[in-house]
Amino acid sequence: MTDPLPVLELDGITKRFGALTANDDVSLSLQKGEVLALLGENGAGKTTLMNILFGHYAADAGEVRVAGKPLPAGTPRAAIAAGVGMVHQHFTLAGNLTVLENIVIGAQPLWSTSLNRDAAAARIRDLSATFGLPVDPDARVGDLSVGERQRVEILKALYRDARILILDEPTAVLARPEAEQLFRILRGMAQGGLSIIFISHKLHEVMGASDRVVVLRGGKVVAERRTAETNPAELAELMVGRAVARPKRQAHEAGPPVVVARGLSVSHGGGMALDHVDFDVREGEILGIVGVSGNGQAMLGRVLSGLARPVGGTITFQGRDIGRLTPRQAVRMGIGRIPEDRHAEGVVGDLAVWENAVLERLDEVSRWGFVRRAAAKERAAALIRRFDIRGAGPETRTRLLSGGNMQKLILGRNLAAGPRFLLANQPTRGLDEGAIAAVHSELLQARAEGAAILLISEDLDEAVGLSDRLQAIVKGRLSEPIPAEEADARKLGLMMAGVWAAPQGVSHAV
Amino acid sequence: MRFERREDVSLTALLVAPFAAVAAALLLCAGLIAMAGVSPWVAYAEMLKGAFGSRLAITETFTRASPLILTGLAAAVAFRARLWNIGGEGQFYMGALAAAALGHATVTALPLPLAWAVLAGAGMAAGALLLLVPAILRLRFGVDEVVTTLLLNFVVLLFVGLMVEGVLKDPMAFGWPQSVPVAAGLRLPDLVPRSRLHVGIVLAVVVVLVVWLVQSRTVFGAETRAAGLNPRAAAFAGVPLTATLVKVAALSGGLAGLAGVIEVLGPVGYVTTTMSPGFGYAGIVVAMLAALHPLGVVAASVFVATIFVGADAMSRATGVPSFIADVIMSVALLAMLAALLFTTYRVRR
Repeated sequence: MTDPLPVLELDGITKRFGALTANDDVSLSLQKGEVLALLGENGAGKTTLMNILFGHYAADAGEVRVAGKPLPAGTPRAAIAAGVGMVHQHFTLAGNLTVLENIVIGAQPLWSTSLNRDAAAARIRDLSATFGLPVDPDARVGDLSVGERQRVEILKALYRDARILILDEPTAVLARPEAEQLFRILRGMAQGGLSIIFISHKLHEVMGASDRVVVLRGGKVVAERRTAETNPAELAELMVGRAVARPKRQAHEAGPPVVVARGLSVSHGGGMALDHVDFDVREGEILGIVGVSGNGQAMLGRVLSGLARPVGGTITFQGRDIGRLTPRQAVRMGIGRIPEDRHAEGVVGDLAVWENAVLERLDEVSRWGFVRRAAAKERAAALIRRFDIRGAGPETRTRLLSGGNMQKLILGRNLAAGPRFLLANQPTRGLDEGAIAAVHSELLQARAEGAAILLISEDLDEAVGLSDRLQAIVKGRLSEPIPAEEADARKLGLMMAGVWAAPQGVSHAV
Repeated sequence: MRFERREDVSLTALLVAPFAAVAAALLLCAGLIAMAGVSPWVAYAEMLKGAFGSRLAITETFTRASPLILTGLAAAVAFRARLWNIGGEGQFYMGALAAAALGHATVTALPLPLAWAVLAGAGMAAGALLLLVPAILRLRFGVDEVVTTLLLNFVVLLFVGLMVEGVLKDPMAFGWPQSVPVAAGLRLPDLVPRSRLHVGIVLAVVVVLVVWLVQSRTVFGAETRAAGLNPRAAAFAGVPLTATLVKVAALSGGLAGLAGVIEVLGPVGYVTTTMSPGFGYAGIVVAMLAALHPLGVVAASVFVATIFVGADAMSRATGVPSFIADVIMSVALLAMLAALLFTTYRVRR
């Protein structure tokens, strides 16, 4: 078979930022109707490459060709005109405008005073129907869910007649069902003649959704495979550069319950964020809470972190009520907390690593109200050594750490104190494979040392791999626990859809 | 063209920024001076002479800088914690009023250092109270403190007018609206004989050093910084946000109030509605030029005082209106904001 002319070619792209070579002589091509996955760890140069393709950056060397014609460097406008559309990881939508307004902004000539709303709306509806992207053109973007916003981003690109669609980590913000739906849509688009590149570091997505995989590592293309001819283990090794395996949970006996919730309820915005939930977390056990995001996980995390107050039921830690603790009291009692969003809640990015290392326990490193800086820095240095936090000294600005190292810092400051209970809320979200393995082994180590761990995760592989028992959270309610050994995809799917056996004994009559 | 966040803000850039901003302001204002028909060289030379050209000029400049150091510090402390205190002017007057109200009868009964301490405490409490109201309104009800603190300045000024025309009116002032003077024995001693420069400037610098120590070395300082930079993460780590912000408000209002006390006990001796040529507002400029650093506040205060004192002299010598001082200050503030942008972001094409 003779290959037709590729719709897109990158030829010898090199881009340096100071001493760092983000892309080193990268070449790849894309055929019409093809879904290409660009796989690589954080920092492998995927996003830089796509930003060059879309014209956000100008390459230091190399050329981008669309349908054989070179694209002028450094102008997104030229890329758009050539039919390249980009869906950024962090959406670029105005929340106070409607879907229609967001889509036509920029596609409208500057000097046209009126907007032909009806024609635009008709065109959007038409695109929605053709590609299976249902969205109401008149809805305010601020009111849409994350998944819907992403559809708006895609429509925005299609509205500008994109023939080549680039998606940067499209599933980073999506729950699994939404992600699966997205890939079905992308597959349909490819069959309709569009060409798609998506960036990912998740192996199962790449295996499930792409025709071909290009693996980037350290800014270089290290491999290219037909998806049908490779497997996740090979890709993982190519991506990381060595064989990585997530650590395995060893079976051992759990001790007595450490944290016990009975009929725990928390209200939020007029409704119930948590509605009569029951759970036990036992010594040396990991209890996994699985579910589609937005079903009360965030509130469960807030209650256990000392940031929200229950309106009903009890929650105890070693027999003592902890429903009304402040974060500081929780830390003093030996409760460790890993927040859902490490940038927003986990660290103060503009403070030094040592300050973040002791922020929860300033009282332990201070005397007469003065911070004992030497002692605090020594503590931070010990954390850096023990938890293998790379690229940082105590004085480094925390913002400069990679996601994985930032998470190790947060884990470390909790685990160093030997907590009896640890809340791990989405502990590996957005981390690459190497960092995930490190976080998992730390969690398992804490479990082996007898900590009771509540793991809240949207990543089913993670939840099943780490947890001893699993409960699903649906609309603020928790299912009965099942042992991890009994968890299979079908059973978990049903649980997460809210189908579970009625609890024995007391039922919660309204 | 796009802005890209720098990996790290370099200390050099932060030190160079205020000088670049001042240079830019002087350059831009040179055009205005030229339009007034005077050579900018001559005007700026006159300005420098007016601020530093004689013993009297130098002492005047530093006299002017003393309250600015404290109002500048007040703004810097609040801004660090993202509490936008625009009410330094009102807090200054509250402090001044407290000193004048207590400073002629009650306190003369006490031994001198104690009397000063009582007056300083009263003035700081008055300033602090004035800022606590907007701070608590914001914490409880989300009322924007920029608006409330700004508008309270005018309320306070009218209140001062009421006082100096009424209860506190000096019967010996030939009908001038000014308060009764503080007892002569309470006035701060001169630093330089036969000048208005008094020990207040020493006190102000000591306060700067104390605040610097508190900010950089104490638990309160660490918590304030965390709360200002990322309130959500600070709250998660257990920093009590409300309590921290209330303390910051008390400190900031108190510092501006102290400036009022020192101005009354130092060069002025009584309260009028015109005793402040905008010390509270200029404090905001000082704080920004100092990049919110306590030590920078001292240098920035001297600069702003130089412009004010020098502009008066320049105006007398060349006929360029002394309003140019306000223009230079405002342009310097805008230039500093731009300069700060470039210390944190770089421009990429």
